Amino acid sequence: MEISFKQVGFIYQQNTPMENIGLEDINLTINDHSFTALIGHTGSGKSTFVQHINALLKPTSGEIKVGEKTITPETNNKDLKPLRQQVGMVFQFPESQLFEETVERDIMFGPMNFGMSEEEAKQMAKKALHQVGLPEEYLEKSPFDLSGGQMRRVAIAGVLASNPKTLILDEPTAGLDPEGRLEMMTLFNNLYHEGKSIILVTHNMEDVVNYADDVVVFNHGKVAKHGTPSEIFADEQWIKDNNLELPRSVEFMNQLKAKGLKTTDNPLVIKELIETITNNI
Amino acid sequence: MDKLIVGRYIPGNSIIHNLDPRGKFLGTFYFIGIIFLANSWYTYLLLFAFVLMSLKLSGINLSYFIRGVRPLIWLILFTVMLQILFTPGEQVLWSWWIFSLSWQSLINGAYIFMRFMLIIFFSTLLTLTTTPVELSDAIESVMKPLKWIKFPVTQVALMLSIALRFVPQLMDQTTKIMNAQRARGVDFGSGSIMKRIKSFIPLLIPLFVSSFSIAYDLAVAMESRGYQGGENRTKYRQLAWQRIDNLMIVAFVIVTILLIILRFGVNR
Repeated sequence: MEISFKQVGFIYQQNTPMENIGLEDINLTINDHSFTALIGHTGSGKSTFVQHINALLKPTSGEIKVGEKTITPETNNKDLKPLRQQVGMVFQFPESQLFEETVERDIMFGPMNFGMSEEEAKQMAKKALHQVGLPEEYLEKSPFDLSGGQMRRVAIAGVLASNPKTLILDEPTAGLDPEGRLEMMTLFNNLYHEGKSIILVTHNMEDVVNYADDVVVFNHGKVAKHGTPSEIFADEQWIKDNNLELPRSVEFMNQLKAKGLKTTDNPLVIKELIETITNNI
Repeated sequence: MDKLIVGRYIPGNSIIHNLDPRGKFLGTFYFIGIIFLANSWYTYLLLFAFVLMSLKLSGINLSYFIRGVRPLIWLILFTVMLQILFTPGEQVLWSWWIFSLSWQSLINGAYIFMRFMLIIFFSTLLTLTTTPVELSDAIESVMKPLKWIKFPVTQVALMLSIALRFVPQLMDQTTKIMNAQRARGVDFGSGSIMKRIKSFIPLLIPLFVSSFSIAYDLAVAMESRGYQGGENRTKYRQLAWQRIDNLMIVAFVIVTILLIILRFGVNR
């Protein structure tokens, strides 16, 4: 599903003394079937941006097109369900949205809201739980008896179960241990290769270079740069000026170049870095 | 919920913002008390002038106050209508069954309307110009005499400041959970009454769960920093009574005297 933003602006609490600009003049197209990473420092508008994609926030100016659906400031709150079914959203710390008595019923909640029958929803719940790597016996447990990481998986399963085409992930691995992180990111990467579009909000540059094929940098509610990971991380000074970090491999390569390693390659991930080093020694 | 401004705080640096919170807190109650002295157009005019002056001094836009009252307007109009329709008067203009309309009841209705506006404006001014922390300090110091009857003032003050501290956080949490459930297909505020009530379960249960976990974490964090109970603690935030606060008292005294003169002196 192609997502395009045309001159989108968003102002929090418009016409009050607390008025506050969230987004300004966003022009952006996110292609169908892409893995897009949104980066930028805290408060730069990433979360505000993604909430526009399934109309949790409506722009105060401009127009957004998500597949067939157009969202404008005048868009009615009704008829948004099909959109929200197609655009699944995993919020930061999604475990705080669990509420049902059993894991199964919590995962079934989304699909049933979007009109699936109970049977179908049960099937989807089983599948989604399997996808996030939890054994089937968890279906009968109460979500509140699980550990934080397991709750996170259940919450993510609850979003996957509605079978969205586009998946928005707002720092999905925040607060997980390294192993949990890797498992989750691998899951999302697999979903991407199965044909879903992924939009990932993250502070982790390693995730950006390892998984994303498209990067959008936000700064003060505006799009500061949009391009492939290698384009974004090519200009070290620009990255520093925008309070971002370089991925470790880029950082390391720059140090090697400063010490005299002669190459024009700019490896982004560790594997490429090793190849570049072995080829040039 | 965005429209209602009662209970909000707007940062600023006006005279009203800088008044001692104790004075503002007691002053607001005092003002609500003296509103009941007003009984004629002159007295209401005086009170309105006083309130408008206070609003002006706060540096907050007047239209903002008026918009803030808008969500309450139906409640106010309802009360005013009751007052108008059920007050018996001498010169009846119109009557039907138990309802009647007279000049007296119309005037009475107008008074009630103004009284509402005055009270809402003035109490909103208190919350708009006083931070929640200042307010809880003020309440604590005003409650101090209750120690004589063994009332746990310090504990209540701590409870208050914790409660106020977590209002914004719980509001954020509420918005967040609402959004998360909306993204999973919940429609808040549409459909039949039963359906609407049911749609709040996915909001309320996570909210309770997170409140309890916040409470538990906070209690542990407080104990690990050496908190043992309400008594024998020092106070970091000290309130200071300044000259401007005395001026506020003078203003209140002047208004009271004028009110009494207008009420008892002019008419009789």
